[in-house]
Amino acid sequence: MSEATPAPDKPTGSTAPAAPSRRDDGLEARAQGALREMLTSSWLVTVLAIVLALVISAVLIAAADPEVQDAAGYFFARPGDFFSAVGSAVGGAYLALFQGAVFDPGANTVARQIRPITETMTWSVPLILAGLGLGIGFRAGMFNIGAQGQIILGAIFAGYIGFAWDLPPVLHLLLGVIGAAVGGAIWAGIAGVLKARTGANEVIVTIMLNNIAVYLVAYLLTLTSFKREGSNNPISPVIGENAAYPLLLGSQFRLHLGFVVAILAAVFVWWLMNRSTLGFAFRAVGSNPSAARTAGMNVNRVYILVMVIAGAFAGLAGSAQVLGTEKVLTAGVAASFGFDAITVALLGRSKPLGTFFAGLLFGALRAGGFAMQSRTGTPIDIVLVVQSLVVLFIAAPPLVRAVFRLPSPGGRGNAPAAELSAPVVKEAAA
Amino acid sequence: MSAVATAPAAPAPATGKPLPPISYKAPIAYTAVAAVALLLFGILPASGKQTAFTVSTSTDFFQIERFTVPSKLTAIVLCLVALGLSAWTWQAARTRRKVGIWLPAVYAVALILALLTWAVAGKNQALPLTSLLQGSLFLAVPLVFGALAGLLSERSGIINIAIEGQLLAGAFLAAVVATITQSAYLGLLAAPIAGALVSLLLVAFAIKYIVDQIIVGVVLNVLVVGITSYLFSTVLSDNAATLNSPPRLPTLPIPVLSEIPVIGPVLFRQTALVYLMYVVVIVLQIMVFRSRWGLRLRAVGEHPKAADTVGIKVNRTRVWNTLLGGAVAGLGGAFFTVANGLAFGKEMTGGKGYIALAAMILGRWSPKGALAAALLFGFADNLQVVLGIIGTPIPSQIMLMTPYVVTIFAVAGLVGRVRAPAAEGIAYVK
Repeated sequence: MSEATPAPDKPTGSTAPAAPSRRDDGLEARAQGALREMLTSSWLVTVLAIVLALVISAVLIAAADPEVQDAAGYFFARPGDFFSAVGSAVGGAYLALFQGAVFDPGANTVARQIRPITETMTWSVPLILAGLGLGIGFRAGMFNIGAQGQIILGAIFAGYIGFAWDLPPVLHLLLGVIGAAVGGAIWAGIAGVLKARTGANEVIVTIMLNNIAVYLVAYLLTLTSFKREGSNNPISPVIGENAAYPLLLGSQFRLHLGFVVAILAAVFVWWLMNRSTLGFAFRAVGSNPSAARTAGMNVNRVYILVMVIAGAFAGLAGSAQVLGTEKVLTAGVAASFGFDAITVALLGRSKPLGTFFAGLLFGALRAGGFAMQSRTGTPIDIVLVVQSLVVLFIAAPPLVRAVFRLPSPGGRGNAPAAELSAPVVKEAAA
Repeated sequence: MSAVATAPAAPAPATGKPLPPISYKAPIAYTAVAAVALLLFGILPASGKQTAFTVSTSTDFFQIERFTVPSKLTAIVLCLVALGLSAWTWQAARTRRKVGIWLPAVYAVALILALLTWAVAGKNQALPLTSLLQGSLFLAVPLVFGALAGLLSERSGIINIAIEGQLLAGAFLAAVVATITQSAYLGLLAAPIAGALVSLLLVAFAIKYIVDQIIVGVVLNVLVVGITSYLFSTVLSDNAATLNSPPRLPTLPIPVLSEIPVIGPVLFRQTALVYLMYVVVIVLQIMVFRSRWGLRLRAVGEHPKAADTVGIKVNRTRVWNTLLGGAVAGLGGAFFTVANGLAFGKEMTGGKGYIALAAMILGRWSPKGALAAALLFGFADNLQVVLGIIGTPIPSQIMLMTPYVVTIFAVAGLVGRVRAPAAEGIAYVK
């Protein structure tokens, strides 16, 4: 694998073994070590992966732009036209993306100017919550693709409690949220129990459960107990006022309490994975199920618990949609959050803080994507390209280092690549 | 796999080792399902209703009259046949014999016919058996190609979740090339190239950068959805007439054979793509299990180190077979556009790639098994359409759910233990 990383500016052999941890070396070596650490840090790779993804997407944006195509027709006569057309197409799209996701200086009121960043936060809530759940699974060596179905189940439970029951404030919301978590946990628990009992591959089972959930919600919305009265469309009644997440910044913004739930969930996941015995068992099973079993851990119980907890988080993501953003249950309530959450968890390296920021980033791409589509006509589909490329590049640090000519850590090209793939690979080997 | 189907029914030789405990899971499942079917379709419904079937299409050379049967009696008889087969599985489990592939097949056909008899009972319209089967075969085409693609790469040890992306890429390129050249056959030729390109990315990341194969697959699906949807919304929508209105692949009835009652129209009045599918299934069934290439392919997927020791180039074998698989899936993608004469649409494969993955697992990684499983899914898909026209007591969403539920049961080991190639998903590093 060493030929995978052509690193012309690799430090010479004498400094290569100087690991950053060795303190008693000379000042020069330490400085070089620090620089090396910076250049090989995973954060730098993350940033560069995002840059690379944006550059490749820019090529697509430019290629599909009619003015760029016209200018390319007479490229050799006036190359300047071509480059200015590319610049305006790409620049315009990315500027609109930024203005739709962070801050819009062109709006007339302050509220409208800062509205984009609150939209980003609103979009990020389900992504963060579902991503946290998936991250727990990845670290325990379970590849759960079922967040989509778990979100739908959470939404069904939360929605039903929201519109069918009539309860006092606080209690109603609390029950709705708990219901959502239970719904997601049940759905994911099926995959966990099947894996523990029969060894059924959780990838296949969760994919199937996703599809079943899609038809289940479509079926439920044809029933009189779920359908809005007097409507022929598959749409539920609006949830009760007491069941809705309170808005955080007043009625001008859609941002709701779900965002706080997402933050609390991230803190909880950090505690669970890094400070609790259960989290230790999760990580132990993730890195080597056989060793965990030898050490006396009940691996099958861990499989079930991991799925149940992951499903509960995905269910919470469903509650954020039904009780927060949408306030009704529809067949499309989960949009593609479940699938996007996979990329969120991968981008966040399955860690709570990383997942939180990855969720914010993808929420921003989503919020900005709509603005970009309406202002410059660049379809929002390009956001999918950016997202998938970011994750691909992050999963292959040697590729990013090769593109940007960075030195590889420890002199071995493939070490960090294994980091992302290790748990799943080991799990499959067991 | 074929060895399992034709295994001699001899009792295990008396060796010193104790035999594993007998598992009665499968007999219990067979019996339970047949008993429920007997109750639902046979005993509970009111008697005195008739069910009509038609067998011939209007253009057939031999005409067979429409016939009617008493619904309740027929359903009871069919369910009793299924119960009888369940009894056989008890006997087989007790004497530790393996049941042949015929048993689940006959069992499924009996129960499906019972379901049909019940569903169409008392309707004026007859159930068109021939067109039901014809449509099932047609709808199974992308699933068969997709499952074979997964089989080729997974037998060599590369997990291919990207079947969905390969189908979509094939559909896209087939539509564009067929429109530009105004030839459906050239579109058919272009589709495999698109599928192979997706595979190229898969092996590049999975083998060169040792990224987890499931992650690459999932992300590639998103990437292909993003790119094709983006190009669809920009370039294809702007020039729909010149880029996205492919001609339809003509139906080529095979003389004489297509005049055989029932099976003639079903098997031999199809398009070139379907005939190609027959060829690919037969060739792969023979080649994978009977040729040197197939032996090497399986060796690399089961025990790469051993294969390497005897001089087989492990990674090269994996690359070529995954590329071949991508090409096969791409060909299946042509189904969505040129085989139907439809323009390319956003995400038009609609999760068929994941179903193909399930078909491959249900078919136990063998071409004929994949074919059977794909036909089952195609049948469920088409049944839902046909019953929707006739009008039935079953909601269409429940019908649509069925194949996924069946897959979960299958994966959970009730239909028989499925075993993936041993080295699947594990990167081979010397």
